[in-house]
Amino acid sequence: MKKTLSYLTAFLISVVHLIPFYILINLAFKTRQDTNSKWIPPDYLYLENFTNVWTQSNLGVALLNDLIITVCTVALVIFVGVLAAYPLARFPTRWNNAIYTLSVATLIVPALTVLVPLYKLVVDLHGISTYWAMVLVLTTFFLPTVIFLYTGFIRTIPRELDEAALIDGCNRYEIFFRIIFPLLKPVTASVIIIIMLGVWNDYRFSLFLLQKRSVQTVPLVLSQFFSQFQNDLPLAAAGSLLSMIPMAVIYLFLQKYFVSGLAEGAVKG
Amino acid sequence: MDKGRTMGNQLKKFFDSPVSLNLMYIPALLLFGIFIYYPVIQGIQISFTNWNGYSPHYSFVGLENYQYMFTDIRTYKVIINTLIYGLGSTLFQNILGLAYAVFLNTNLKGRGIVRTIVYFPVIVAPIIMGYVFYFIFQYDGGALNDILLALGKERIDWLGNGPRAVWLITLVNTFQYMGVSMVIYLAGLQAIPKEYLEAAEIDGASGFYKFLHITLPLLMPAITVSVVLNIIEGLKLFDVIISMTNGGPGYASHSLSTMMSDLFFAGQNAGFASALGNLMFVIISFFGISSLRFLRRKEVDL
Repeated sequence: MKKTLSYLTAFLISVVHLIPFYILINLAFKTRQDTNSKWIPPDYLYLENFTNVWTQSNLGVALLNDLIITVCTVALVIFVGVLAAYPLARFPTRWNNAIYTLSVATLIVPALTVLVPLYKLVVDLHGISTYWAMVLVLTTFFLPTVIFLYTGFIRTIPRELDEAALIDGCNRYEIFFRIIFPLLKPVTASVIIIIMLGVWNDYRFSLFLLQKRSVQTVPLVLSQFFSQFQNDLPLAAAGSLLSMIPMAVIYLFLQKYFVSGLAEGAVKG
Repeated sequence: MDKGRTMGNQLKKFFDSPVSLNLMYIPALLLFGIFIYYPVIQGIQISFTNWNGYSPHYSFVGLENYQYMFTDIRTYKVIINTLIYGLGSTLFQNILGLAYAVFLNTNLKGRGIVRTIVYFPVIVAPIIMGYVFYFIFQYDGGALNDILLALGKERIDWLGNGPRAVWLITLVNTFQYMGVSMVIYLAGLQAIPKEYLEAAEIDGASGFYKFLHITLPLLMPAITVSVVLNIIEGLKLFDVIISMTNGGPGYASHSLSTMMSDLFFAGQNAGFASALGNLMFVIISFFGISSLRFLRRKEVDL
């Protein structure tokens, strides 16, 4: 009896959480003239929404932009973050602790509170609608999280390891690159996923920094498309559905890293 | 020659000492300085001007923007909305996340699938999530109104009423990110040694007693992380609001972030937008830091 109730609850939870996606999928496969309820799936096969949204919104270019910005940001933020985390974790002098606190406290600064001056700065640097400005700004705003996660992880690596290597004649930089860096793989997996999701799905920075159509990313292109075609919802639905596919595929294959990485980062930190 | 050698020696000595490793955080500090600290300071300056956002001409107006901000009733409305978005989502996400985690932390078959489904929305762009829910809350042909019609009831303009729109946006944000809280709590629950619960069981403790006096205290570190992260993220809410209501009707569902972006780009009022940004900074710091301190103290107490 109790068991049946548990299974029923599990089933109900799953159904409730799938409803929005069910509606989205129904809508994406319907023609614009189909006025049946969104609850009712179409009884015909219609794929033109997908081909139309792909060509009309230039989704291919947007995907490529997203890919370039995501890969560059993830690589840069890990490089800068791991470099910063090592001395902050290993040499907790008063000065370094203050720098660590300052870095992590930066997490609180919401990007939008500095919107006006940040936008002005990027304009002055001629960085509007460029990949490099977008990558540098995103890197900076994700850096506190990355420093936090790496510092926490490096602190758990026994110091004896460093000392043994020092006795063996490694200099301090060799210790970092040859000994510590390879041990960071598990936390790096979490960092990659957290930052990848944040950058790939970013809207607030893209909205201000990527104004030329040719450099715009998927969320931005779709949001413009949505306001432009508000009376053609099936088209917008098809676009939304297409935009979810890349991350959904990665999620389904690397699920354990998504879930464990995030939770471990949170609980250990 | 001799001088060069001492220089070289000194350099070598410097690079052999741990102090030289501090060079490794210089790139991070440079980025923070350029893209965060410098703009924060400039934002304070701009908030004392009447700059429109692009013109080279502007003048200092002292505290005028702040005076205007605190006499404008919209400001209070938007602050309240921001608090509902931030604290409301935090409350819902953590209660539901914890409930789901406790439910899934059993040997139920298929719990992996439920977890996958509940966590899935996390990977969707929040701006797109807002559009997906627009299909549900839309007045004409929206999925929710279809149910009302089928039940013979009047349709409701779900997002047409400000306060209701604010709560619906809060719920959508909860729906999207409660998976994060759930996963954090699941990890926390799995870290609790089984012996503790077994010992209490032998002493005849009820399920609820065990939860309240053993599970919950041991879960405190996870609760701190989840709550503080949710508060900071929730108070910054932007994307979902843009896609569901764009701050409307009127300004009724604006948060501080959407309001200031509107003031800057549509209203061309950079001075006022900066003042609002500084207010937002103060509010988020206050809630972020005080919730962290409060929960950390609770961790020690329990």
